[in-house]
Amino acid sequence: MNNKHYDAIIIGGGHNGLACAGYLAKAGKKVLVLEAAEQLGGLGATREFAPGFKASVAHTLPQLTNKLVNDLQLRKHGFELAANSLATVALSPAGQHITIANGEVQGASAADAESYQAYKRLLGRFADTMDATWHKTPPVMTDGGFKDASTLGMFGLKVRSLGKTDMREFMRMIFLPAQDMMDEFFETPLLKAALSWDYNVGNKLAPRSPNNAVLNQLLKMSGDMSGNGELPLPKGGVGGLINALAKSAKAYGAEIRTGSPVASVIVQDMQATGVSLENGESISANHIISNTDPKTSFFKLLGVQHLDVEFTQRINRLRMNGLVSKVHLALNAEPKFTGLNKANGRIIIAPTMQYIENAFDQAKYKGLGEDLALEVIVPSLHDNSLAEAGKHVVSIQVQYTPYDIAGGWDAHRSTLLENVIKTLEQYAPDIRSQIVASELLTPVDLEQQFRVTGGHWHHGEFAIDAWWMNRPAYGASQYKSPVAGFYNCGAGSHPGGGIMGAAGANAANYILKEEK
Amino acid sequence: MPLTIANLLKPEQIAHVPNGSLGSPFHERTSPLNFNQAWEEWNGFLAANYYRDEHLEYFSTRNTCGVLDVSPMNKYRFKGPDAEAMLNRMVTRDVTKHPVNTVQYNIWCTDAGRIIDDGTIFRLSQDEFMLTCAEPNMDWFQLAKVGFDHVDITDMSHELAALAIQGPTSCALLKAMGFKGIENAKPFDIVKFPYLDGEIMISRTGFTGDLGYELWIDPKNAIALWDDVFSTGKIFGVQPLGLESLEKARLEAGFLSPYVDFHPALHTMDKGNDHSPFEMALSWIVNFNKGHFTGRAALLKEKQAGKHRRLLKLDIEGNKAAESAILYRDAACQKQIGYVTSAMWSPVVKANIALGLVEGKYADGPIYAEVYHQKELRWIRKVCKCTKKTKPFWAPARAKQTPPADT
Ligand SMILES: Cc1cc2nc3c(=O)[nH]c(=O)nc-3n(C[C@H](O)[C@H](O)[C@H](O)COP(=O)(O)OP(=O)(O)OC[C@H]3O[C@@H](n4cnc5c(N)ncnc54)[C@H](O)[C@@H]3O)c2cc1C
Repeated sequence: MNNKHYDAIIIGGGHNGLACAGYLAKAGKKVLVLEAAEQLGGLGATREFAPGFKASVAHTLPQLTNKLVNDLQLRKHGFELAANSLATVALSPAGQHITIANGEVQGASAADAESYQAYKRLLGRFADTMDATWHKTPPVMTDGGFKDASTLGMFGLKVRSLGKTDMREFMRMIFLPAQDMMDEFFETPLLKAALSWDYNVGNKLAPRSPNNAVLNQLLKMSGDMSGNGELPLPKGGVGGLINALAKSAKAYGAEIRTGSPVASVIVQDMQATGVSLENGESISANHIISNTDPKTSFFKLLGVQHLDVEFTQRINRLRMNGLVSKVHLALNAEPKFTGLNKANGRIIIAPTMQYIENAFDQAKYKGLGEDLALEVIVPSLHDNSLAEAGKHVVSIQVQYTPYDIAGGWDAHRSTLLENVIKTLEQYAPDIRSQIVASELLTPVDLEQQFRVTGGHWHHGEFAIDAWWMNRPAYGASQYKSPVAGFYNCGAGSHPGGGIMGAAGANAANYILKEEK
Repeated sequence: MPLTIANLLKPEQIAHVPNGSLGSPFHERTSPLNFNQAWEEWNGFLAANYYRDEHLEYFSTRNTCGVLDVSPMNKYRFKGPDAEAMLNRMVTRDVTKHPVNTVQYNIWCTDAGRIIDDGTIFRLSQDEFMLTCAEPNMDWFQLAKVGFDHVDITDMSHELAALAIQGPTSCALLKAMGFKGIENAKPFDIVKFPYLDGEIMISRTGFTGDLGYELWIDPKNAIALWDDVFSTGKIFGVQPLGLESLEKARLEAGFLSPYVDFHPALHTMDKGNDHSPFEMALSWIVNFNKGHFTGRAALLKEKQAGKHRRLLKLDIEGNKAAESAILYRDAACQKQIGYVTSAMWSPVVKANIALGLVEGKYADGPIYAEVYHQKELRWIRKVCKCTKKTKPFWAPARAKQTPPADT
């Protein structure tokens, strides 16, 4: 037994765990972060995937806020952007690309360029409305009404302040599929496909899926590093942010240990009192805070014997299967895309929404489409820390690749990589010959290497039924759990996934408030 | 020769009315005895309401011994290294302290602490349990299993035929059948004997509150067992028993009946129509010291608030069963405080007994029942004073004695 006793132990040094540690340590708490991997950062870690080439699974920061950066003094600790905002480029097979940059659409029809302004204004207002929710502990429903209803009130006020017309539109649009939104505003298929990307990526959603596409889009617009809806690129990959978060937390007094997987949470008299590490060591604390996904938290670390039957089933039913794979390519030269001067934007490869939908249809039935939809970034064009001069890293999100693919991933890995490269070749004909190394991370790889159940972007589907006061499930939506002393602070908690640190910060604030 | 329909008509002469229910493993024997073919459906099986005369049958549980076919009971097997932990987290009693080869009455609740059902758990070995209950519960058990990887739950209802043998001569009858040492079985003990070409399991359990046993056997040996019981049992006054007499006996014993005294939570639509264990006078099996179990937090809250309704044992003035009576705080019936859930004139106790559910704050004050009864079609209303009882109405010493006295 480590005879030191902590105010809080955080299981997992992902960006949310580190943010939580930072806020708690800043408030004077004695904090210990235990990360299983040798490296901090979880899905945000920047790793050398091939000698001399680095990349992080998450690559851009649309959800990061200045508040977090300032609160934790991250710039002082080395955080920097490599690019304030990447342009979004919709690649056309014919070389007639569409670019969305600086709030303007270029390359689509004149009508679309105009509609984009109305679209942007409306979405901006919606995103602003949702801002009332992301950075606060959700309210909970009680027998007679609500507890901690102030955020509910704030949200209500925000919705009302949209004014009658926009409020009605908000209520009408919030559950629409991306395709309905796109069809309502635009006519150019290529533009629609590119703009629909953020509505769906990370979830089990395609352009025609209802439920939470708009919500997902608005979550992606929650950051303000370079303005709403912009796409900042961190220096050093997302690992650059991770390093700053870790330095900040340490500067405030937190201890951080890597290579320290937690085996279980110690529960005594129905109270979480510590953790046991896989190496047999146990450490005690007043608050045990899990940065892992809800399934891992409740099933593996805590154990369902400490939970009620119906609550357990709500966690059990969370949809944990990821659909996004990540491909990292190491190139010996700058990639050239036909009709593009420089591949320095965020490139979307999906000619139509139907193309995306087709890939999804295959995945729905556990298959793998030949035509895959891609988001491609070449971060090394903005950042010389990722590869030697003249060499480049290509960071690619691939949709849709089902976690539970029929026959298992071993049978499909090479096909998937080949399909990605074949798809790229259609737009960048020389790329195959430039590849010196590659890394493929399927949802199963993400699960194994990053300890995220299902390899899910959000640590479990981000959906209306698992949102706000239902995230991850009622009974655990306020970071605390049914077991006293046990909390969650990862992407599975409100507000969800994406690099923003909000779950970590909210959890810390909740715990600090609870103590008062 | 007893008068049975079999003396009058041969079984094949009885008109067969298909009704979708199955005969139990004893049907070949019970059907000819069922004078009016008075059956009700119980879990898809035919269960006798009464064979010939429910009063006579009832008296056998108090004076000689009655035999009830309880084969339709739901029986579930929980087996594996996680069985104990899984059950312990599901029910309100401490399963970790449940000794092997004994039976415990238990209940399981929702997260909100409302009763789903009650039943008895038989601990057959360190990692094997049999749970019996009147209603099907597999869906809840499957939910309660989530997160426990090393336990298999099987519906074994069809694997066992069961007879309850209840009444003062039951032990003597079993001894006469050759079950040596059965008299040493304490209440809730389980003993096994080689029997016929296999094994029989006997538990000292029952639903009548009297001395009694339950016999569990492979269905293929059911008929032979029945014949053995009835041929050996003649001199012990053995009598087949229907559900109507059981209903009387269980009320005298103070046992609860689902859908009569409590409404199972998973089948309850409206808030407040289901029940907590505290309301059902079951606080004695809610173990707050055993660690976590489902519903614990909600139950602790309810207990601390102390405002819950209370199921009371009532001795009611007069001799007219207070069935469906409304309960009041005052003889003028101004303030309604609850209602009767079960009621009867008890012949053995010679009292007009009932279970009544009363609002918490009135449970310690005076209680009056508004009783309606008919006299040659003429309705009569009577307001009867109720006296609260703390002990079961019927609890003869022999029910607990080991060995029980031969009668
Ligand atoms: C393919 C993909 C691409 C993405 N791209 C982007 C993007 O471009 N931009 C963006 O904003 N978001 C992106 N996301 C989402 C984002 O990466 C995640 O939502 C975010 O990283 C979640 O952060 P977290 O701190 O909550 O959890 P994680 O980053 O998953 O960190 C959890 C940590 O807990 C540790 N852990 C787990 N179990 C244990 C244990 N038993 N003991 C100790 N430690 C343990 C893990 O090792 C890990 O370090 C992407 C996600 C995926 C899957």
